[in-house]
Amino acid sequence: MENISAHRFTDGKPNLRRYQQARWDEPLIFELSQPGERAILLPELEPGIESATHDALQQLPPGMRRATAPALPELSQNRVLRHYLRLSQENLGADLNVDVGQGTCTMKYNPKINEQLARDARMSELHPLQDESTVQGILQVMHAMEQVICEVSGMDAVSLQPRSGSQAIYANIAMMRAWFESRGEGEQRDEIITTIFSHPSDAACAKVLGYKVITLYPDADGYPDLEAMQAAVGPRTAALIITNPEDTGIFNPRIAEFVAAAHAVGALACYDQANANGLLGITRAREAGFDLCHFNLHKTFATPHACGGPAVGACAVTAELAPFLPRPRVVKDGDRYRIDQGEAQSIGKVAAFMGTASIVLRAYAWVMNLGAEGLREVAEIAVLNNNYMMSQLLEKIEGLSAPYAAGKRRIEQVRYSWAELCAATGVSSGDIGLRAADYGTHYWTSHHPYVVPEPATIEPTEAYSRADLDEFVQIMARVAQEARSTPELVRSAPHNCPTKRVQDEYLEDPKRWAITWRAWQRKLAEHGSAV
Amino acid sequence: MNKTKVYPYIPNSVPAVKAAMLAATGAASVEEFYADIPAALRLPRALNLPEPLLSEARLKRHVQGLLARNTHCGEVLSFLGGGCYQHHVPALCDEINGRSEFLTAYAGEPYDDHGRFQALWEYCSMMGELLNLEVVSVPTYDGYQAAATACCMAARHTARRQVLVAANVNPDKRSHMQTYGRSEIEFIEVAFDAASGLVDRADLRAKLGPQVAAFYVDIPNYFGGIDEGAALAKLVQDAGALLVVGVDPSSLGVLTPPGDYGAAIVCGDIQPLGMHMSYGGGHGGFIASRDDEALVLQYPSRLFGIAPTSVPGQYGFGDVAYHRTSFDQRENGNEFVGTAAALWGITAGVYLASMGPQGMVELGEGILRRVAYARQQLASVPGLRLAHAGTAHFKEFVLDFNASGFTVAQINAALRERYDIFGGHDLSAVFPALGQSALYAFTELHCQADIDALVTALRELLTQ
Repeated sequence: MENISAHRFTDGKPNLRRYQQARWDEPLIFELSQPGERAILLPELEPGIESATHDALQQLPPGMRRATAPALPELSQNRVLRHYLRLSQENLGADLNVDVGQGTCTMKYNPKINEQLARDARMSELHPLQDESTVQGILQVMHAMEQVICEVSGMDAVSLQPRSGSQAIYANIAMMRAWFESRGEGEQRDEIITTIFSHPSDAACAKVLGYKVITLYPDADGYPDLEAMQAAVGPRTAALIITNPEDTGIFNPRIAEFVAAAHAVGALACYDQANANGLLGITRAREAGFDLCHFNLHKTFATPHACGGPAVGACAVTAELAPFLPRPRVVKDGDRYRIDQGEAQSIGKVAAFMGTASIVLRAYAWVMNLGAEGLREVAEIAVLNNNYMMSQLLEKIEGLSAPYAAGKRRIEQVRYSWAELCAATGVSSGDIGLRAADYGTHYWTSHHPYVVPEPATIEPTEAYSRADLDEFVQIMARVAQEARSTPELVRSAPHNCPTKRVQDEYLEDPKRWAITWRAWQRKLAEHGSAV
Repeated sequence: MNKTKVYPYIPNSVPAVKAAMLAATGAASVEEFYADIPAALRLPRALNLPEPLLSEARLKRHVQGLLARNTHCGEVLSFLGGGCYQHHVPALCDEINGRSEFLTAYAGEPYDDHGRFQALWEYCSMMGELLNLEVVSVPTYDGYQAAATACCMAARHTARRQVLVAANVNPDKRSHMQTYGRSEIEFIEVAFDAASGLVDRADLRAKLGPQVAAFYVDIPNYFGGIDEGAALAKLVQDAGALLVVGVDPSSLGVLTPPGDYGAAIVCGDIQPLGMHMSYGGGHGGFIASRDDEALVLQYPSRLFGIAPTSVPGQYGFGDVAYHRTSFDQRENGNEFVGTAAALWGITAGVYLASMGPQGMVELGEGILRRVAYARQQLASVPGLRLAHAGTAHFKEFVLDFNASGFTVAQINAALRERYDIFGGHDLSAVFPALGQSALYAFTELHCQADIDALVTALRELLTQ
């Protein structure tokens, strides 16, 4: 009898996975339509309503009654289900792959019990305008989660209203603007300083709120340039917005000096804690002197990324800035919770109602499962995994480097560079990512601009086992080897995914881009296949 | 600290694995990795958090115990609306948005996340059919954000600074629009007519001028009233401004899509299309327009396009004009983009595909007629008055309690305690001019008996 498993191991270690993603060649849903089919029927109107309201549609103002039904596809229920299940199989969620290649995004395990709890009718069927006496449970959860964020950040007050990290950044900047306006300095302070390794939204939100953006670049060691910061600050500075560690994973030990430089000119300091996963229970915004910070609950607090939301960004501020928090806020009175309309200085609303409460519930359950020791374990293992990953990648792969801070440890992620491999083979970091998909793993290069040439940001988090990390390293090593031996194989990847490379020129040309089915139909009719 | 604890979500918390990995890195302890963090910045104690519930069983009991303190709208009769609505969520929607492949994915490429790109492109396409428009963005956070961004797009497109906003827009939405847009935009309120609840056209006409980029109005408005879109559009267009309309997508089986009567940008919230209310957690915003290059380049959010691949007959997808975005240009892109509400877009796609044309028509007409029925019945209750009596309404309307001798708060408390009914949203604080008035909402879930039960309860309360 053949020992099948003998083929699957070399020197006692598993061979690289042979992988093929589901490829259904699934039509567009409009192409599946069969006129007359239905997937769902609605409750019928009772005769009593029918007879009493037969002229209701005639009461509409002129021109306000739709003339023809929307041309939506028509399918029976099992056909809708099959279509979407096939699309789901052509999608690579974190539950299916070692998603450490999506660095800066903190891909973690999303516990299934949290999903179950959030889908309970006592959560999912709550209307946000219910009387507070009927929502004491969710208000308690939101209040408790605010306390958790206060403790983890060291800040005094929290709003969970923003629906994402970017919206929390936006809310924090809006609060800073309101704070300066309350002091008569709104006009004067029109500049915000941030760094090139911070999330694009740090700069973009500042711009939306009317600020001029000043961007610091890294010094030779990879730290944001302190001298440049000191030269940039002045009476026009409203704030410093900074991540630490930045996306390089290098902790800046002089962070308090940056904060002090901002404070010295009367500016505020705002901590973007998108990279907080390795710091839980280790160091906090408060200790470094920050005035505001934010966390992404879908990153650090393990709620699902959901293809890009829904999410929650938690804003945390010092007592001085608390009156400016978005409103309403949850307040505890004795053992009852109520919704307070907030203070006159509040920036008002940044999202409908109280934000994404169902995500807050998931994050709360995650914290309650782990506790203080567990949160620290999260941080320590995330950092251990990252340093292990770095040592393995750099040791086993020629042509890959970790720029800056040579010989130093990193916190939760590393921004690597394939510049050397690219120079030798012509294979880019983007090509490597597409080839990595052929081995069943997702890999993204990095945010623009590419300050580190041919970048790749790898963030292993605490959620992956040593075997997972070894598998990812093995994939990277194999692809790097292919880049040298058969570069065309890498440059033409992916080969095992549902589709091949898209003809990008269609997406940049107004005559050919087609954002909807109807635009596509029109353009095909107008230009045909020649375009 | 008990360091031998093993955490189910953290595989490498196994002590032997931890030790082996430390050895592989050449570190004596995890502490070495934190060497760059100065002592002054270190938290010298453990975090002060509640004792953990390590087992899944205990955690579940604890959280369910908290949830038991809530009363949900499935166990009472609720007439709450005001921007979040209790519709039927087809089981298919829950099935698809619970799939791990979608739920736990993030920012994959069009190749390994082909399914996400196709599902979102199809969602945009189905919204395009509902809206009669060729460009629809992937979801932004909620209808508030969609409205704020739509106004900013209009200001950039016209290079004008003023945006007129109808005063019958949800005040919370106005608050967000104001905070968001005020560095680029001067917002000016346009009054509504007290009798009809609709836009005061004389006031609109008076405020339109060469500096006005856009007029923003919701149709139906916050009171459920349906304005005459074409009449507003004409005034706005004559002034060289853009009409921006916020619309409830569940109304579009029966109401004319705003683009058809002249709206340049249409926006709104997809919560009614297959999302549970989840205490406000089910929201996602959409923005749509015609396929005009100049307007398309004003979108800050992602736009997915369809394109050929290197294999004939294969569908591919990708980002249209990515250089518009802050992902590409940081502060030089349009506004900001990041995680928003993509899963709800996929879910709304499932909803629209399930409903089909006939379903959306029945949904719209059914809601319109239930509201008409409820208005007829409630008008006969002594002490009650229908605000905006001559106006057609969709999904919700204002019930005026001023003549009843009760406050809305008193009425709602009595409805809750004696009848298990969540009465309408109290408007007395946000629209003081309406006095004691409440916003009542009705969807396809309300049957005649539900409406009759409300009428009976109010009649009993007001005539006792």
